[in-house]
Parts: sequence; C-alpha cells; structure tokens
Amino acid sequence: MMAGNRGFDELKFRDPVRARALSDTLGRLTTAIGRSPVSIMHVCGSHEQAIARFGLRATLPRDLNVIMGPGCPVCITDVPEVDEGVALARQGVRIATYGDMVKVPGTVMSLADAQAEGARVDVVYSVSQAVEIARQSDEPLVFFATGFETTAVATAAAILGGPPDNFLVLSAHKYIPPVMEIVAEMPATRVEGFLAAGHAATITGWGVFEPFVARHKLPVVVAGFEPLDILAGLVKLVELIGERRAAVENMYPRCVTKEGNRRAQEQLWKVFRPIGGRWRGIAHVPNGNLRLRDEWAHLDARRRFDIDVAGLWDYAPRPLVHECICGDIMAGIKSPTDCALFGKECVPHSPVGACMVSSEGTCKIWHQYGGHPDLAPRSVTGGESGAVCAR
Amino acid sequence: MCLGVPGKIIEIDGVIATVDFWGVRKQVRLEVVDEPVQPGDYILNHVGYAIRRIPPGEIQATLALYEELLAHAEREDDLMAADVRGEIQGAGNDGR
Repeated sequence: MMAGNRGFDELKFRDPVRARALSDTLGRLTTAIGRSPVSIMHVCGSHEQAIARFGLRATLPRDLNVIMGPGCPVCITDVPEVDEGVALARQGVRIATYGDMVKVPGTVMSLADAQAEGARVDVVYSVSQAVEIARQSDEPLVFFATGFETTAVATAAAILGGPPDNFLVLSAHKYIPPVMEIVAEMPATRVEGFLAAGHAATITGWGVFEPFVARHKLPVVVAGFEPLDILAGLVKLVELIGERRAAVENMYPRCVTKEGNRRAQEQLWKVFRPIGGRWRGIAHVPNGNLRLRDEWAHLDARRRFDIDVAGLWDYAPRPLVHECICGDIMAGIKSPTDCALFGKECVPHSPVGACMVSSEGTCKIWHQYGGHPDLAPRSVTGGESGAVCAR
Repeated sequence: MCLGVPGKIIEIDGVIATVDFWGVRKQVRLEVVDEPVQPGDYILNHVGYAIRRIPPGEIQATLALYEELLAHAEREDDLMAADVRGEIQGAGNDGR
C-alpha cells in the first residue's frame, strides 16, 4: 500500500504568492524554449525529498522534466564496497557505519544480514561516535565511511584529530563534481542543465563547477532545499538554458560562496586523495572515489586486513536483483515507476535495490510521498484552505 | 542526510560547542567550520560537525524550512523530518 498523498494538504509554501509567481515564470520560460521535454538533473537526495514532499512536480510545467541523478550517497556505494564491509564483519571485525548503509545489499547480503548471523555492526550518526566506540576497547573498530564531500570532511577531521590506534577507516566516500561529467556525457540522459546541491557546495564552493561548465557548455545552478529555493533555482536554470548561456549561478548565497569552506577543503585533501572507481549503476568515475592518502595507511582498513571478498561469492546471489533498475534510475534514464518491482516485491521494509533502502534514494522517496508525484494535481498554494507557515 | 541542521551556539569549550537545536542541547565539533564562531552564532551541523557559520542576516530564512518540517514531525514516516532528527542525533551528548 502506497503512502499516497496523505499529509500533503498540511504542507504549505512559506510564501504562496511568491511560489505562484515563480511557477508562472517557470512556465513562461519553459514554453519560450519551444522544445519538449527540457530535462534538468539534480544530484541530491535532499532535493528529491523536498520536491516530492512538497509536491513540487505538480506545479512544474508539463514540458519540464526534473530528474534525480546519482545524488544518494548510500545508493551509489558500489556492491564490491558493501562486500568489503560485509566480508570484514564476517571475519569477526567490529564495524560502525551510518544507519542506511546497514541495509544496503551487497552481492549476497547486507551488513544487517551479517549482523543477524552474529557479526558485530554498530549504527552511528557521526564518525566521532565511532571514535568513541574505538576508545572503549583495544580491539579494532572499522568505520565504514560513506557519503559525499559534506560527510567526508567529518571523517577527515576525525582522522586529523588523532583517533586511537584501533580506529580504522574503510572509505567508500565519493566526490560529486566528477560524476556530473560522466552523466553529462551519457547520450541517453540528455540533460540540459544541472541543479547542484547547496550543502555539498558549501564545502567545495560554486567555483568548483566552472571547469565543468566550460567543458560541457551546460549551465549549473546551486540551489537550497526550501521549496521556494528549489523553484527559484529551476527558474534561473531554465532561463540560462533558454538563453543558451553556459554559466554557474549561485541561488543559495546564504550558504554557498565561490570559494567554499577552505578550512574544510584543506582537511579533506590532507586526508583523502581522489581515485577512479565504480559508482553503483553509473560507471567508472575518474576521481570520483575518495581514498586515504599513504600518510594514513596505518588507519586504512584495506591495508590492515586481508579482506576476503571472494569468499562471499560461494553463496547464491539474492533473488530478483537482476530485475532491479537502480542503475538506470540513478543515471536519470528511468523512473522508479518504470520498474516492475517498485512497490510490489521491492518496498522499504524489504528492499531489492539500494534506491529503496536509503531515505535519499529515489525509489524510497517516491514510495513514501506517493508513487509518482507528477500525477498528483494540486494547486501551488496547497489547496484553498490557505493556512501558511509563518516565518 | 545532506540536509544538515541549524542550531545556536550556547557555549564553546575548545573545539566543542554546546549547541541548542529547538530546546535540545548537543555537542558539535568545530574543526571544520568556515569562520571563527562565538556563543550566540548559528551554525549548520552535519554529522556532528559544524560546516558553516550562518550569517546573522540569513538565520530566519534558514530556520524556516526546518520549522515547517518539525511542525509536522508527528508523521513518524516523514523522511525529511527523520533526517533532521538524525542530524540532531549526530551531535554528541553532554559529557562526551
């Protein structure tokens, strides 16, 4: 049973007059382009949550297609990386990781499955909680580190802060800017512009997108997470597409500067180096994975342990996995509703693919907020009851 | 999880700030925050680390989204409200 649109009525735009004005402008600018559809990609699970939760797609012009790309850090963590964590856990090593990671399927099982068989897996909200667990004993504690640059800076700070010797890191951190290059070059995607995520850009700064824009001649707009922020970002992006102007525009100045957070960048690059690697469902992404520099080899779980991933392959792969289209969804080629498993065999409490596991996965977001949000006609003011959240 | 959550600094002890999130006091680490901060400042917390000092003129606009989300937090299955609660959990408890 779908969650349906239950609850949408109480969700209001802070400023419905402005929301309607932005929506009207967006319609006018999209029509003026004279092509259909105009496809825009965002790369952030929090954007998709806000778009679905506030029913934004119902307010968008019919000819504007807003798709979610590889913006869910849990989802793009590749199967072999999950397998490394699972293999270590089954070898008796204690693992700590962020909540959603525990349920993400590897080749034959998830960390939660390994835990059910007796492996020790701790869920933490912060890397500093993992450091605390390590401090409480002498046995090795491996922090399975996932997430984009926003989260990787926390791991970097924890490492630079001098953790105990038994604290080790299995890094599956990813770096967003390089994957935009890959998606931009995918012929099936046909993206005409990117909406960049505000908080990753808080770290990198919007200047990081300038080389991308120059190479691919595609506009990038940095946007925040309020419904109005997202609408304003889309208006600016469609305006740039209409003018055939490839540029970076920052529509989230209250959080993002051109230079970004330099102090965080220094720590990030002191600890990590970018290397190429696969993102689940996407492709090999040059410089898309963050691994510990040689200086931190003594903390690197990959160097400390002989991780027996091959040992997992004796087991049968999980059923239905070959029918999962997570990869095409993250590449922006398909939607959850294109998947035969969506909402049937694949549901949040029994997910087949990673996109149904994470709260930032497209499938889970669509499942919770009502199947296909495009099909939910509702006015931009959220109905005539008209109550508006005060500032 | 990339949403982060804003909170107000109550006091600072070295690299650890006590931060108020809608009445819940937590410990947030300051190693990566972009500017020097002091009590009274608002920061954006992500997984237990302040990643940005919110400029004073932008605080109300920043809080608005979260207040809208938390106003409907009785919906246990709301993904965004759950993420915000998770971000508050990411900050440490007193005595850490």
